Amino acid sequence: MAAPRLPLEGVRILDFTIVWAGPSGTVFLGDLGAELIRVESLQHPDVNTRGQVRIPKAALEGSAGGQFPHGDPGPRPWERSAGFQYSGRNKVSMTLDLERPSGIEIFLRLVQKSDVVFSNYAAGTLEKLKLTYPVLREANPKIIMVYFPGFGLSGPYKYFKGFGSNMEALAGLTALRGYTDMDVTANGAVFQADAAAGAMAAFLTLMALHYRNRTGKGQFIEMSQAETTLHHLSQAWFEYAMNRRVLGPMGNRDLYAAPQGVYQCQGDDNWVAITIENDEMWERFCGVIGRPELAHDPRFSDAVSRYRNQEELDPIIAAWTADQGHYQVMEILQGKGTTAGAVISHREIFDDPHLQARGFFKQLEVPGVGFFPHAGPVYKMSKTPLKEPRRAPTLGEHNEYVYKTILGYSDAEYEELVRDQHIGDTYVELLPKAKTGEVAR
Amino acid sequence: MTTTKVGGQEYALSDIRIVDLSQTISGPFCTKLLADFGAEVIKVEPPEGDPSRAMGPFPGDVPHPEKSGVFLHLNTNKLGVTLNVKTASGQKILRELVRDADLLVEGFHPGMMEHWGLGYEELEAINPKLVMLSISNFGQWGPYRDYQLSELVLYALGGTLHHTGLAEREPVKMALTVIQFQMGQVAAIAAMAGVLVARGQGIGQQIDFSMFEAQAGTIDRGAINILTSAFNDRQPSILRSGPMIFRTIQPNGIYPCEDGYVQIQSGRPDWFLRFLKTVGHEELLQDPRYQPFPDSIYRMDLKDEVEAITFEWCLQHTKWECQELAQANEWPVTAVSTMEDLFADPNFRGRNFFVEVDHPVAGKLEYPGAPALPAETPWRAGRAPLLGEHNREVYCDRLGYSLPDLAHLRAQGVI
Repeated sequence: MAAPRLPLEGVRILDFTIVWAGPSGTVFLGDLGAELIRVESLQHPDVNTRGQVRIPKAALEGSAGGQFPHGDPGPRPWERSAGFQYSGRNKVSMTLDLERPSGIEIFLRLVQKSDVVFSNYAAGTLEKLKLTYPVLREANPKIIMVYFPGFGLSGPYKYFKGFGSNMEALAGLTALRGYTDMDVTANGAVFQADAAAGAMAAFLTLMALHYRNRTGKGQFIEMSQAETTLHHLSQAWFEYAMNRRVLGPMGNRDLYAAPQGVYQCQGDDNWVAITIENDEMWERFCGVIGRPELAHDPRFSDAVSRYRNQEELDPIIAAWTADQGHYQVMEILQGKGTTAGAVISHREIFDDPHLQARGFFKQLEVPGVGFFPHAGPVYKMSKTPLKEPRRAPTLGEHNEYVYKTILGYSDAEYEELVRDQHIGDTYVELLPKAKTGEVAR
Repeated sequence: MTTTKVGGQEYALSDIRIVDLSQTISGPFCTKLLADFGAEVIKVEPPEGDPSRAMGPFPGDVPHPEKSGVFLHLNTNKLGVTLNVKTASGQKILRELVRDADLLVEGFHPGMMEHWGLGYEELEAINPKLVMLSISNFGQWGPYRDYQLSELVLYALGGTLHHTGLAEREPVKMALTVIQFQMGQVAAIAAMAGVLVARGQGIGQQIDFSMFEAQAGTIDRGAINILTSAFNDRQPSILRSGPMIFRTIQPNGIYPCEDGYVQIQSGRPDWFLRFLKTVGHEELLQDPRYQPFPDSIYRMDLKDEVEAITFEWCLQHTKWECQELAQANEWPVTAVSTMEDLFADPNFRGRNFFVEVDHPVAGKLEYPGAPALPAETPWRAGRAPLLGEHNREVYCDRLGYSLPDLAHLRAQGVI
């Protein structure tokens, strides 16, 4: 029998994405072996994905410096930022200028040679470029397009600008998280809507490929990032639908089990998360912390009492965790069948024995700087390999491959496109002005 | 429920047959996504039912196994059968069920399926093209294999909890059970990958899906922050610092307004202009302190002034006014909605996102609807099955058991 091929071997996807929902969505498809062609522009630096073109010194003094290796953006910061170094995994980069008809022509030639166009640009962007599905379909009748702007392609919010934090605010997520004794303005940013939408769009792509394999038909799929996010808030939705009750933040409490909380451990900023799921677990837990009498204390002996009185339990639990290590508490409690986990920081996650044993981290290079561990693929298939990750591409790194090998441009045509500044490896705004003037047409 | 065509259109996944042993949230959300796009999902519950039938909310707060909001939402368009896979008779029936299935989804503790004689190797012998998606806390092997998880502990272990909240306080978790939903969302990718390989290459296999890894790799800021830490001698750039992700004077975070809150996201440095235009303070750029722009956005001595302007403007407007005025200038500001807001929201409602689903016991309720609109292959609204509702259809009509057989199995506690 032939060796198993990658699940998406031979599938070519145009990664026409921005910020995080789109770029992180195609990462799933690259791991499965799809060829991901990132469509970039020398005229319009994608600062929301690759990061800014110029990093002022003042920015590096703040937290922004952290996105670069050793805090150093180098001469080409857009080739070093953590966001793109991660989300660029397994992608090839080509450049073109879509604001000129010649750029649109190149794009459509690429569509002819591709299976999927995957995009999360804001609604309106593709309309302006006249790169709507009917146009793409004319170029390639079997093309699949998965298009997922923040709020979909209809309704009053259609043209809204926003990031994941904005989508999840309107979808109801933001009002449901945070400390119970502070208002939501204390909430730090999370961008879960991006993660949810990227994964949903990757799933939809696979679904459309399956359908096309069966029927030969491509199709257009519209998705709203906010609507996907709302699906993840089931309990709050149905609490309102059924009882007209509005849920709010629950801090670290659980909807169903008590006590549950995050407790401080030995060391600087070390914590452990503990969930007591039922009476048996509670009894075991009381034994472990040396307070067996609490198992029969009427304030805590049954699920309802524990739920009502968990505030009283917090100091008791915290007193036990305070002089122990967070990993130590996890090991002790899990050893006794009790649900607990070290609150692993991103400082120490690389040392986690389980992630190490399963080979979770993958070493990828930042050219000219070195190799760094990345979060790798998140599941394992027993017979089919997943793609061995390849580092993020530099800007236009694969222009020759895309233009000549895929699209069949001749050397002479290629050189002309270089002169026309469709093809290049440096943003036009960074080129000497005179040179820019010379080639402008 | 097994219709494959609707209005001349075919469901994308109408040719996929799934046996679903998974319970509670992650696995059922994964198979819901597949079922709603047309896959046939036989949901196999233990005779006492999926534990999510006991999870709220319930109408009027009265628990009822057929009225759990979470269960109703997560099990739409599935066929429901009961089966005790802990019994030899139940195991035999399960083997019969997977014979012509494309995908088996299970979320038992690692080793349990093998213990019941239902491990991948045994099932592969029955159906070589079967994809077995095993969703577990930590994967099928590894030092934490036997550890237990809750929503909070999952968030803690994956690394993102530590960076969420305020520096001077304990880390604080994500909303509700959002992480488990995300796990189901990502598991649906793995499921489709397995099916594509089975169909394209004729290879069945087991997929080892570890929620711990999926959390560490696919949750909001996780993967980026892991890399910022690796980049900087383990000093991650995103710390537990509240709204201040980037140190600039641009308004960023959640602000109070007249009737609630808005989420402001700072975005590109030059978008500071969109803010100034919206709040009517474009003249500030003439002030030499704001030059050269946009480098001046890093001048933290101007932060208080900008914050004061932002607070004042927000408090003078409702969240909907803030949103409308800001969006007119493409400044990323949105209302912080509650479920009450969402119920009436002109966008979600205007797009007919909510669908009314009738259920014989729970009655009519509005559910979140199509998460995507494929032009050729529809999404379908449907309802969750009653406990054991399709026992007869599945066991008698398909597997050839007689009604007396079912009575016998019931008496034995198998179904």
